[in-house]
Amino acid sequence: MSAEILELTAAQAAAAVRAGELDPAELYETYRTRAAGNQLNAFTWVAESAPEFDSSAPLAGVPLGVKDLFCTEGVPSQSGSKILEGYRPPYTATVVQKLYDAGATLLGKTNQDEFAMGSSNENSAFGPVLNPWNTARVPGGSSGGSAAAVAAGLVPWALGTDTGGSIRQPAAFSGIVGLKPTYGSCSRYGMIAFASSLDQAGPLTRDVTDSALLLRHMVGQDANDSTSLAHPDEIQLPSRRDLSGIRLGVPEELLGAEGGIDAGVRESFDRALETARSLGATVDTCSLPHAAYALSAYYIIAPAEASSNLARFDGVRYGLRVDGDGDLTSMYSRTREAGFGPEVKRRIMLGTYALSSGYYDAYYGTALRVRTLIANDFKTAFGDFDFIVTPTAPGVAFELGAKTADPLAMYLNDFCTVPMSLAGIPGISIPSGLSDGLPVGLQLAAPSFAENRLLEAAYALEQAIGFDGSPARNGGAA
Amino acid sequence: MSAEVEYEPVIGLEIHVQLKTRTKMFCGCELSFGDEPNIHTCPRCLGLPGTLPVINAQAVHYGIMIGLALGCEIAPRSQFHRKNYFYPDLPKGYQISQYDVPICGPGRLGDVRIHRVHLEEDAAKLVHVGESGRIHSADRSVVDFNRGGTPLAEIVTEPDLHSADDARDWLNLLRTTLRAIGVSDVNMEEGSLRCDANVSLRPKGSTGLGTKTELKNMNSFRFLAQGVKAEIERQTAILRAGEQVQQETLHFDPASGRLTSLRSKEEAHDYRYFPEPDLVPLVVTDEMLEAARAELPELPSARAQRLEEKLGLPHDRARDIAFRSELADYYEDVLAAGGTQVDPVAVANWLPQLVERIGSDADPGESKVTAAALASLVNLVSTKAVNQNAARDVLTTLVAEGGDPAAIVERDGLGALNAEDSGLADVVAAAIAADPEAAAKLRDGNMKAVGPLVGYVMRETKGRADGSEINRLIREQLGL
Repeated sequence: MSAEILELTAAQAAAAVRAGELDPAELYETYRTRAAGNQLNAFTWVAESAPEFDSSAPLAGVPLGVKDLFCTEGVPSQSGSKILEGYRPPYTATVVQKLYDAGATLLGKTNQDEFAMGSSNENSAFGPVLNPWNTARVPGGSSGGSAAAVAAGLVPWALGTDTGGSIRQPAAFSGIVGLKPTYGSCSRYGMIAFASSLDQAGPLTRDVTDSALLLRHMVGQDANDSTSLAHPDEIQLPSRRDLSGIRLGVPEELLGAEGGIDAGVRESFDRALETARSLGATVDTCSLPHAAYALSAYYIIAPAEASSNLARFDGVRYGLRVDGDGDLTSMYSRTREAGFGPEVKRRIMLGTYALSSGYYDAYYGTALRVRTLIANDFKTAFGDFDFIVTPTAPGVAFELGAKTADPLAMYLNDFCTVPMSLAGIPGISIPSGLSDGLPVGLQLAAPSFAENRLLEAAYALEQAIGFDGSPARNGGAA
Repeated sequence: MSAEVEYEPVIGLEIHVQLKTRTKMFCGCELSFGDEPNIHTCPRCLGLPGTLPVINAQAVHYGIMIGLALGCEIAPRSQFHRKNYFYPDLPKGYQISQYDVPICGPGRLGDVRIHRVHLEEDAAKLVHVGESGRIHSADRSVVDFNRGGTPLAEIVTEPDLHSADDARDWLNLLRTTLRAIGVSDVNMEEGSLRCDANVSLRPKGSTGLGTKTELKNMNSFRFLAQGVKAEIERQTAILRAGEQVQQETLHFDPASGRLTSLRSKEEAHDYRYFPEPDLVPLVVTDEMLEAARAELPELPSARAQRLEEKLGLPHDRARDIAFRSELADYYEDVLAAGGTQVDPVAVANWLPQLVERIGSDADPGESKVTAAALASLVNLVSTKAVNQNAARDVLTTLVAEGGDPAAIVERDGLGALNAEDSGLADVVAAAIAADPEAAAKLRDGNMKAVGPLVGYVMRETKGRADGSEINRLIREQLGL
C-alpha cells in the first residue's frame, strides 16, 4: 500500500481520503516515517505523532511540509538560523492557518537557507540539504528543504517562500513545480521576514494541479497584513491541453551572455518552446530593456530591507543571547556575531551601507527607480504577450561547495527570476526535462493576479512534456 | 570700548503627544498607565518574528483633528518610514514613524508657525534598577512593554519663540487646544505630553540662525522654562566669551539646574530612514477629513476671539480665560446663570479673584462657588447692594462654604450703606468734623485731601460704604 500511496499526488490523495478510499492516518504515517528517516537533511523538525484529521475538508488531512520561516504555534520556527534555534512562536502564520482550516496537516518544518538568503540551501545553520537527484548536489534555495522533500517523496507537497527566486529555482533544481504568486495575494503575516516588499509564500508540488489546489487555499486579503489584497478570482484546477492563440515572449535580455545560460539548459528550453508551438502557441522575442539591471537593484533593495528586518534579533527578548561585558553594545554584537551566518552578515552590511545617510539616493533611491522601470517593462511586454518565458535558472543543480566562495556566481542563479519578483508578478517553474541527468526548469510569468491563466498554460505544457519527476526512476538517489 | 552685543533667543519646540486611543498604534493592545508591567503586550508590539503592523484608524482620525486644530495642510497621501536604531525599548530595532511625507504639513497656532505633525509609535519603558535610576550606574535594566506602541503625534514648530516664558506660555496654549479637542490627556507628569526644545541665539536685529542645541524631555512647564532659561544663559556666556556654541543634545537636570551633554553632533545617530514596506501609503479621504472636522469643538483661539469681539473683554483677559478650557466653560456658565442683566466684563474681572482663592490648577466648576452664586454676587456689586471690598469677603466665604451670596451678605451684615441710609451721611459729617484740616484743603480745591475722610468713613462702616457715595456726600456737605 505504501508504494501506491507515494504515487498519489496531493490532489489525488485528498480525493481518495474524501471518497473514503484512503485512511488519512495511514497516509500521514507513511510520509511521517519517510520524513523522519530522511537522509537529505530536508527537515528541521518532523511531527512525532499524527494530528486529528478532517476527512471531509477540502485538503482532507493531506500532510504538508512547511518552510521553517513560517511561524507555527508551539513548533520550532527558526528560519534556518542559529539565532532562533529552538524558538517556538506563540502564534501561527496566516497562510499556514488557512491551510489547516482547509484540512491540511503539518508534517514537518523544512530546512532552508538562513533567513531565506541563498540559492543552494548551504547557508542553513542546520546544515545543507542534499538534492535527491544527486546527493553531491544542492537542491537550490532558499526553499531547498521543501523542494527536496517533495521531489524525494518525503511529503506530498510543501510551502515555500520566494523573494528573488527561492521557490522557482529550487523547484527547477529538484524537478518539481514551484509557484510564486502575485505579491500581496498571500498574507505575509507570520512569515519571518527577509525582504518585506518581495517576500511571497507559494506552493512547491509534484505537479501543476497540486500547486493550483494549494494556492486556492492560501490566497486572500488578511487584516493582519496591510499589503495583502483580495485575489479577484477563485483559483481553479487547470484542465487546458492546448496553447492555441497564446503568445509567448522570450526576453532577449535574460537569455544573452550576461545570464550565462548553460548549453544543456538552453537546449531543454528550446525543446520546451517547440512543444509550446506544437500546442498552438506563438513564440517571439520580446524586450525587457531594464531586466538585466534587476539583479543589481535586487541586491540593494533586499539587503536594505533585511538589515532592518533582522534588527529585532538582538538577544533581548527571544532566541540566542551571548552575554557582553556588562554593557549593551557588547551583548548585541556578540549575540549577532554568534547567531548569524556569513551570508546574513554580508547582506546586513550591504543593506546598512545602502541605506546610510549620504548614500541612500545613490543606492536605494536608484534601485527603487530601476524597480519601477522593470515593472513598466513587463506591463509593456504584456501588451503583446500573454506570458514571458525563460529558463528558471541558468544552470542545473551544482555540486555542494561549488559556489560558496563566490557570492556573485551564487547570486547569478536568480538572474531570470529576480525581475518578476521586483515587478511583483506571478511566476511558475515547471520541469522541462533533464540535462546530464539533472532537472531543468522552465519559467512562465504572467501579469499580476493572472494565476489562473498561468496555471492553465503551465498545465498544458506539463501534460505535453510528460516529465517523470521520480529521481529513483531516473537513476537518482532517492 | 564697544557695547556688549545683545542676543535674541530663537526657540523651536518638538512636542510628543500620546493619543488617547483605546488601542496601540499598530496592534490591538489596550493603552494603559501605571498597570502591572508587560500585561498589555502581543506578538506585534513585542516585535516577534513574522508580525506586521496595522495602522490604528482612530490614531489617524486624531492626527487629522490635530492638524485641523493647528490649521495644517492635511496630506492626502502620507508615508510611514522606519527609523532604525538599536535599543532595548525598541523591540523591532526600528520605530515606525513618518519622515518626508507627514500626515500634516505647515500650520499655525497663536503666534507660532507649525512646521509639521506626524504619527509614530512610542517606545517601551526602560526601568533601571539601582540607586540612581539612570542607566550608567544601574545594577540591571528591565523593560516594560506596556507603553511600547502607544500612538504618538509629534508636533514640530518653526523657531518662532524668543523667550523661555513665551515657550512655556505657547506650550500651554497647545496643551489647552489638544485637551479641548479631546485627543490626549496632555499630562506632562505622566508623560502624555513631552517637550524638547531647540535653542539658539543670534545678535538682536539679525535674521540668521545660530548653532542650536536640543534640550530633551523637560517634564513640566516649569522645567521647560527653567531649562530654556538656563540654556540661553549658557549660550550667552559662551558667545560673550568669543567662543562657539557646539551643536549637541542636552539633558536638563531640574534638581541642580545644570545641563549635561547627551551626545554631540558627531555622535548623532544615522537612522537609515526608508519607507516602511509593511504598510501601504496612508490615504486620507474627504470622508475622513469631514469626520474629523465635524468632531472639532470651538478651539481656544477662536473662543478668545469671540470673548473679545462679542462680549467686549480686553484682549489679554479674553485669552487668559479662553486658553483654560475649564475656566472658560465656567465663565460661560456664569453668564448663562446671570441672564441678561449680568455684565460679561464684570464677571471676567472677578475670575482672577476666584482663581486666586481656589488655586490656579483647580477647576472652578468643581469648586463650591456655583456659577449661579458668582452671577448673583456680580449682580449684587453692580446694583451696589454690596461694595467691592465686601464682595471679596463674600467670595472668600463662598469658596470655603458655598451658599447664596445674598444670604451671606445678610448673615454677615455686609450690605452696602447708601444715601437712603441716614447713618452714612452722619458718618461723613463726623469724618469732616474730626479732620477740619482736610476739609479746609478740599474747600481750597486740593482734591487729594479726600483720602483721609474716605478712610475714616470706611473704618467706621467696616468697609460696607460705597466709595462713590461717600465722595458724593462729602462734596454735598462741604457745598462743593
